[in-house]
Amino acid sequence: MEILMSILIGVLVTAGTYLVMSRSLLRIILGTAVIGHGALLLLLTTAGLKEGAPPITNIEALVYADPLPQALILTAIVINFATTGFFLVLAYRAYKELGTDDMDKLRGIDDE
Amino acid sequence: MSWVHLMIVLPLLFAVFIPLLYKAFPRIHTGWFVLVVPVVIFGYLATYLPMLANGETAMYEIPWIPYLDINFAVFVDGLGLIFALIISGIGALVVIYIYYLSKAREALHNFYVYLMMFMGAMLGVVLSDNMIVLYLFWELTSISSFLLIAYWYQRKQSRFGAQKAMLITVLGGFAMLASIIMIHNITGTFSIREVIAQSDLLVQHDLFLPAMLLLLLGAFTKSAQFPFHIWLPDAMEAPTPISAYLHSATMVKAGIYLVARFTPAFGGTPEWFWIVTFVGLFTLIWGSLNAVKQRDLKALLAFSTISQLGLIMSLLGMGSAALYFNPGDQGVQLHAYAVLAAVFHLINHSTFKGSLFMVVGIVDHETGTRDMRKLGGLTIMPVSFTLAVIGSLSMAGLPPFNGFISKEMFFTGTLNAANLDIFNMATYGAIIPIVAWIASVFTFIYSIILVYKTFLGKYQPERLEKKAHEAPLGMLIPPSILGFLVLAIFFFPNVIGDYALKPMVASIIPSAAGVFDDYTISWWHGFVPELFMTMAVVALGLILFATLNRWIGLYNHMPQWMHLNNWFKHGLSGMERGSHKVIDWHMTGYIRDYLMYIFITIILIVGGSYFMLTDFTLYTDNLASINLFEIVLLVLLGSTVLVMATRSRLTAVVSVGVLGYVVALFFIILRAPDLALTQLAIETVSVALYLLCFYHLPKLKSRSEEEGEKFKVSNFIVALGVGSLVTLLALSVNGYNLFEPISTYYGDSYDLAGAANMVNAILADFRGFDTFLEIVVVAIAGLGVYALVRLRLEKRRGTDESQ
Repeated sequence: MEILMSILIGVLVTAGTYLVMSRSLLRIILGTAVIGHGALLLLLTTAGLKEGAPPITNIEALVYADPLPQALILTAIVINFATTGFFLVLAYRAYKELGTDDMDKLRGIDDE
Repeated sequence: MSWVHLMIVLPLLFAVFIPLLYKAFPRIHTGWFVLVVPVVIFGYLATYLPMLANGETAMYEIPWIPYLDINFAVFVDGLGLIFALIISGIGALVVIYIYYLSKAREALHNFYVYLMMFMGAMLGVVLSDNMIVLYLFWELTSISSFLLIAYWYQRKQSRFGAQKAMLITVLGGFAMLASIIMIHNITGTFSIREVIAQSDLLVQHDLFLPAMLLLLLGAFTKSAQFPFHIWLPDAMEAPTPISAYLHSATMVKAGIYLVARFTPAFGGTPEWFWIVTFVGLFTLIWGSLNAVKQRDLKALLAFSTISQLGLIMSLLGMGSAALYFNPGDQGVQLHAYAVLAAVFHLINHSTFKGSLFMVVGIVDHETGTRDMRKLGGLTIMPVSFTLAVIGSLSMAGLPPFNGFISKEMFFTGTLNAANLDIFNMATYGAIIPIVAWIASVFTFIYSIILVYKTFLGKYQPERLEKKAHEAPLGMLIPPSILGFLVLAIFFFPNVIGDYALKPMVASIIPSAAGVFDDYTISWWHGFVPELFMTMAVVALGLILFATLNRWIGLYNHMPQWMHLNNWFKHGLSGMERGSHKVIDWHMTGYIRDYLMYIFITIILIVGGSYFMLTDFTLYTDNLASINLFEIVLLVLLGSTVLVMATRSRLTAVVSVGVLGYVVALFFIILRAPDLALTQLAIETVSVALYLLCFYHLPKLKSRSEEEGEKFKVSNFIVALGVGSLVTLLALSVNGYNLFEPISTYYGDSYDLAGAANMVNAILADFRGFDTFLEIVVVAIAGLGVYALVRLRLEKRRGTDESQ
C-alpha cells in the first residue's frame, strides 16, 4: 500500500511541478494545488497506513489511526486553501489590470 | 591610559572642534588653530628620545575588547617613535604651509578635519602593538587619504585618482587583515611583541607562506611597490600639501613600516629576503625609468617617490638576511648595515621629498602651471630655486647633502648582499649592485631635469598664467626648515644616528642591537668602491642628460602592454562587463527559468547527497496491504495525467476538482473523517473559485489560450526528476521506525481533555497555538482578497474600463 502511495505521490508532484513551469497563470495555480495534494498524502503515508479505527475514543478499538498527522494535515489544508484563494484573486486582478495571463509577457520593465 | 594614547587620539578629538573653530573665527585662518596639535605631539614624543638612545622601550595598554585579545596597546620603540616624530614633525610643517590654500575660496574645515584624521590614524599605525588596532588605523589612513585626494571633488580626475587609490590600498588592507588572522591562528596572539617572540613557530608553520604573502601584499599596495604603484601618480590630483605629506613622507611609508615591523617575525627566511629585495629593486628601477619621461612636476616626483620607496624596501629585504646569522656573528653587522642604510634613507627621503613637493607647490602657486614645457628661467625666485637645488641634489645622491650618505650606504649594502653566500645568492647576487647602479643613474638624470627645466633656461612669461615672483614667507618657511635639515644631517649625521637610527635598527634586527654602538656614520670613507660608483653615476648621468633629446623619444616605443594603467583600466571595465554578462545570462526575467534553477538545484543537492551519503533500503516489512477498494484510487492517477495533458483549461479545472474529491475519498479510506469533511468542503469552494477565474478571462486572448500549451520536454524531464526524488524519499522513509510515535498519549484524550475526537482535541487543546495562527492566516488572506478587490491606487482611464 505504501509503495503504491509513494508512486502516486511522485506522479502528483511531477504533474504539479510541470504545471508550475507552464506559461499560463491559471495552470501555475492549479499546479500548486496538485503539489499541495501530494504533500498532504505524503504526510499521511509517512505516518504509516496500518489498519486501525478512526481516532475517536467512542469507537472501542485496540488500535487507532495516528491522530497527530491528521491534525497536521488539517492545518495544512486550511492554510493551503487560504493561500490558494489569495493567489486566485491576485491572478484575477492581474488579468483585469494587465490583460494577459501569459507568464512570458509578465516580465516587468527591461532596463530595471 | 597614558600620554602616548592621548597623543594618538588628540588629532582625532581635535578634528571634532575644527568646524566649530572655522565657523566661530572666520577672520583667522583655521590652520593656525590646527598647528597646535602636531607641535604638541612632536614636543611630547621627542622627550622619549633619550630613553631610546639608552636602548629602552615603553609599553602602555588600555583594554578595549579584552576577551577577544584586542587591546589598545601602544609600544614606543625606535621604529615606532621615529616614524611618529616624522609624522608629527612634517605634519606641523605642512600645516604651516597653509598659505597654499586660500582662506576665501577653499573649504578649509574639511581639509583640516581630514588631515587631522589622517595624522591620528598614522600615529596609531606606527605606535600600535595590537595587530587588529593596527589594521583599524591602517584602514583609517586609507579612508582619510581617499578624502584628501578627492578634496577638489568637482574635478573628474580627482575622483578618479581617489577611487583608484582606494581600490588598491583597500585590497591590500584586506589581504593584511587575512594575514593577521592567520598569524593569530598560528601564534594565538594579536600582540606584535608576542608574535615576534614566537618567530620560530611562525616560520615553520604551514600557513607561514600565505600569511607572509598577504602581509606583503598589504605593505606593497600601501607603499606603491610594483605593480601596485599605479595609484600614486594619480593621487597627485590632491592639493600639494597633501601630496607632500601623505604621498611622499608618511602614508606611503606605512608599508615600509609594516615590512620593518614584521622583519623580526618573518625575516631570516629566503622567501622574505627574495620577495622584499627584488620587488624593491624592480620598483626602484621602474620608478626611476618612468620618472625621466614625465612632464608634470608632481608626476615626476610621484615616480621618484615610488623609486625611492623601492630603494628603501630593497634595503630592508637585504638587511633581513642578518637575522639568518647568530647574534654576534660577523654576518649580522655586515647585513644589518643595509637596514641602517634603509632607515637613514627613510628619514632623508622624508626631508628632501617633502621640501621638493612644497617647492613644486610654490611654483604651481606662483605660475599657475606644473608643466615643465611651459616653465623655465625661474631664477627670479631665488629661495625656491635654492631649495629645489638642495632637494634635487640630495635626491640624486650628491655631496654635501644627506642623500649622498644614504646613497653610499645603499651601495655598500648592495655590495654586501652580492657577496652573500646564503639563499642561492652566489648565482644571482651580482645583479643587485648593477640594477641599483643603473637606477641611480636615472635618479640622477631626473633630479637634474627637475632643476634644469623648471628654474634654468629661458623665462617664458607669455606661456604662464600669472606673473612669476617669489612666494610669501609663510610658504617658504616649511621647505626651508626641511632644506636646512637636509644639510644638517649631512654635516652631523651621528646626532640622528645615535638618537634615531641605532634604536630603529635595534627594533628591526633585534640581534643587531649592540653591534653599531661604536660605529659612526661619516660621509668620507676614503677611496672605496662606493665612491667610484657615485662618480660613475655622475659622469654617465651628465652625458645622458646632455644627450637627453636624442634618446627621450625611446619612451614612445614602449609597448602598450607595459603601461600598467591600461591593465588596471581594462581590468576594471572587464570586471564590470563580465558581471553584466553573467547577470544578463542567468537573470532572464522568466519565472520558468528561475523555477528550473530551483528544481534542478533540489534534484542535484537532495538527490546527490541522498545517493552519496546513504544506502538505499526499501523496507518491505510492516507495510499495509492493498485492498480491492483502494484500487479506485487509480482514478487519482487518471485525473492527474489529465490535468497535465489537457489542452482545455476547463478540463484541467474539473480534473483538479476530481483530484480533490478523490483525495477526500482517500481520507475516508484511511479513517480520517475530519480530514475528509474539510477536504470536501474546501475542494468545492476552490473549484468554484477556479471557475470564477476562468469565467473572467479576458476575451481578447482566449483563442490562443484555448489552444493550450505545447508539451515541453525539458520541463517534463525536470518535473519527472523532482517527482521521482519525492517517491524515492517516501519509499525509503516508509516503515523506517526509529522510535515509537508519541500518539499513544493522545489516546487518552477523553481523560486528558474531555474530548472523544482525538484530532479535534489536538487541534483545539494539545496544540491549540497552531490552530490560532492558522486562523490568523485565513483572516489575513481574507483581508488580502478584500484589499485586492477593493483598493485602486491608480486612477484608471475610462477607455481601459472595458478591459
